[in-house]
Amino acid sequence: MKEIEFTINGRKKRIAVRPKDLLLNVIREELGLKGTKYGCGTGECGACTVLLDGRPILSCLTLAVAVNGKSITTIEGIGTDEHLHPIQQAFIDAGAIQCGYCTPGMILSAKALLDKNPNPSEEEIKEAIKGNLCRCTGYVKIIAAIQLAAKRMRGERV
Amino acid sequence: MREFKIVGKSVKKVDAALLARGKPLFTDDVTFEDMLHARILWSPHAHARIRDIDTSEAEALPGVHAVLCYKNVPRVPHTSAGQGWPEPSPYDMFMFDNKVRYVGDRVAAVAAESEEIAEKALRLIKVDYEVLPAVFDPEKAMEEGAPVIHDEPDCRQVLPLFYDPKHNHCAHIEVKTGDPDRGLNEADIVIEHTIKNHYAQHCALEPHSCISYLDPMGRIVVRCSTQVPYYARRIIAQCLQLPERMVRVIKPRIGGGFGSKQEIVVEDVCAMFTLRTRRPVRLVFTRPEVFVSSRTRHPMIMRVKTGVKRDGTVSAIKMRVISNTGAYGPHCMTVLGSTCAKTLPLYRCPNIEFIGDTVYTNLLNAGAYRGYGVLQGTFAMGIMMDEMAHAIGMDPVDFWKKNTIRVGETSPIFSALSEIGKGAEQKVDSCALPECIDQGAAAFGWKEKRERYRNQPDGPIRRGVGMVCTVHGGTVALLDASSVTAKMNEDGSFNLLISASDVGGGCDTVLSQIFAEALDIPLEDVIVYPTDTDVTPYDKGAYASGTTYLSGLAVIKTAEEIKKQILKVAAEMLNEPPENLRLEKKGVVSTKSGKRLEFGQIAKRAMYSKNQFQIAATASEYSHLHPQTFTAQFAEVEVDTETGQVKVLYYVTAVDCGTAINPTLAEGQVEGSIINGISYALTEEFIFDENGRVLNPSFRDYKIFSAPDIPKLKTILVPSYDPTGPFGAKPIGEPAMDGVLPTISNAIYNAIGVRLTESPFTPERVLKAIREKRGR
Repeated sequence: MKEIEFTINGRKKRIAVRPKDLLLNVIREELGLKGTKYGCGTGECGACTVLLDGRPILSCLTLAVAVNGKSITTIEGIGTDEHLHPIQQAFIDAGAIQCGYCTPGMILSAKALLDKNPNPSEEEIKEAIKGNLCRCTGYVKIIAAIQLAAKRMRGERV
Repeated sequence: MREFKIVGKSVKKVDAALLARGKPLFTDDVTFEDMLHARILWSPHAHARIRDIDTSEAEALPGVHAVLCYKNVPRVPHTSAGQGWPEPSPYDMFMFDNKVRYVGDRVAAVAAESEEIAEKALRLIKVDYEVLPAVFDPEKAMEEGAPVIHDEPDCRQVLPLFYDPKHNHCAHIEVKTGDPDRGLNEADIVIEHTIKNHYAQHCALEPHSCISYLDPMGRIVVRCSTQVPYYARRIIAQCLQLPERMVRVIKPRIGGGFGSKQEIVVEDVCAMFTLRTRRPVRLVFTRPEVFVSSRTRHPMIMRVKTGVKRDGTVSAIKMRVISNTGAYGPHCMTVLGSTCAKTLPLYRCPNIEFIGDTVYTNLLNAGAYRGYGVLQGTFAMGIMMDEMAHAIGMDPVDFWKKNTIRVGETSPIFSALSEIGKGAEQKVDSCALPECIDQGAAAFGWKEKRERYRNQPDGPIRRGVGMVCTVHGGTVALLDASSVTAKMNEDGSFNLLISASDVGGGCDTVLSQIFAEALDIPLEDVIVYPTDTDVTPYDKGAYASGTTYLSGLAVIKTAEEIKKQILKVAAEMLNEPPENLRLEKKGVVSTKSGKRLEFGQIAKRAMYSKNQFQIAATASEYSHLHPQTFTAQFAEVEVDTETGQVKVLYYVTAVDCGTAINPTLAEGQVEGSIINGISYALTEEFIFDENGRVLNPSFRDYKIFSAPDIPKLKTILVPSYDPTGPFGAKPIGEPAMDGVLPTISNAIYNAIGVRLTESPFTPERVLKAIREKRGR
């Protein structure tokens, strides 16, 4: 076991992990944050996406020890029940959520994009979420939701 | 058409905010004290008898609590297909058997303190296989002397239906209307093609998941990712040899199904472990397990012969279908039946012959998948229609319009065959297909694009356009049923208890809208509670695109019963006859006296004051017919004749689903269907080695579309009003996906003059077809 310290959703955590423990399992089992999903275990579906110092990473391919000293954001860390993050609200408003299993990862990939590029083109949006698979929506309303969120985050009243 | 207050509005999905927050709503998001983890050992052989199995070392491993195999579980022939009862699928499955029938079949299972221990234990199980010859080609499987896949004496068909396992032959259907031979003789041109679709997996993002545990009374509670909770309860009880009262199934949020969760895939093993160990047990598939050991789409070989007259009349359709169900036969008969019963009513041709057979092979287990045989039949007929239009020099738009069924008309197919046996006499109660064709063609620019691409300059990159019309009959007529319970609370709100089983499509929202509309209350006064077999009444579950239609009808009936009770109480309170009273904005008003009562007042009076009772009702509805949903679909493609690469540039789908109860959700069904369909048509494909092993059970090697792959899409919801549906609504879950394969094949043909009759349309296959044509 190795002791690691990292920030999760703004809070410092110190836990003991085994060298082979995956970040996905630590987030879900040790920290009890179930919004991060298992979809494939091989980094191909994006359901396990979390932000590492603001960048999207695949927690099913990341060893927990590798986040020592770093900052992790999961879906539980953006917005609150009373005040959803604008991307969450846009996903709801645009009808971008069907089964919702891909939604946390999709929203986090969108957040990483919009945080560094507040006015992305449609192509840039598609590129930013290409690692996040969705089988329900055909991506049409997800792309529309990210466009809507971008507008709102730029201060447009839509 | 009626004016609505909530129906027809794109209200937000009732569960969307929770899902956007990543709340723990799915099966595997809840853990239990002392929970064990189960893993399954899969067959490495396509066909083998298990001479013996030694689990002693696995059992001795510290942390292992139980090992299951054919030696220690009851041998109960059953089907995993989530269907009504008795099921039309053969009872050809066992929880575990001493025979394996495909690479990925169940051999044994372990429940242990952790997944790691369970997996270690699997490696300690010693299996002595007698490897048997396998058969992978469905036509060879039917030949005399082929290996018999189901040679066990106890497999059987429980209904009086054709079943001949000794010849790997598990379903046979024949339908004949009019005089097909005369129709062919009268034709000016007869066209014949063999059209083949391919295996595919649903790829719901949530894997098949189950957690079971004992309640304080010793009953087994099964939380699972199922589309069919009531059928799951019945089949789990059957496999465990328990009465249904000992099993409770709870459906949490489900991460997509598309048919793959209309099967009992993990639940029986998980529940059996709980029964044996008295502990909570978790069984969640890995992605490779979902690919190989859940369910897939039936590949079919469809030989079609059609006759057409010079005036554009289709005079005969003959279809000979061989469907490959793989190692077991869940849905084997009904998928085949749908290829005829739910596909062919589209055509006004009176002379139809359909002969279909479903065959066992030692390949993946096929089952229900969005499209359910109609997709296959539409692939074949969509190509034939295009070929016939081309042969007589007619624009496909005009040819489709001339030959497709219209409102008020009937088809002899309706009564000749349901999915099982004779069907319901019915006519087409609503049909906006002509409008779908016109609006779709206009939005797509059909005429202009056809003209433009007819005159495109020579070069390796060619563009073309194609179109197809589809019909899809929803529900299983005469068999499917739905029940709904509602009860009123003091504040005038309602609990709506349903088993309609939202798997992502949004029926919790749609049914709440229907209920709110029927009682003229705001949506927030409907507290929808989805399936728990201890609490919510029987419903078939989520399949056959039937939820909005059939459960919606049951919701309206329930609301009508509630309304009667409300008016009775209000009449007592106002001292006026109920005839004077009507519902208005969460209250009752008298048309005579003008007096008004709020729902809250009425509920409190009923509960607490006088002649007390709970205002509550349960009502049921069954499916009297197959409501017909129509689409017209248009694709524009670009084909690189040097690489064989096909790219879809633009796809337009015009849909007649009657009243769209929630247009945004209806569009979402269409968009998801079309992208799944294009992905299936162009990139998705199982690769098998010569021993029947899947070589690509991962998203890396089995390519499904991601965002950059999608073309420009346009979805048009063309309004119509179906008099049999809830507020005029018709099904929407599957119909759009049916048309994608032939629409793209037709567009490729238009672009390069080469006909693709075998899916998927990969570069290899396109290049091969181009070379074959040039060689001729």
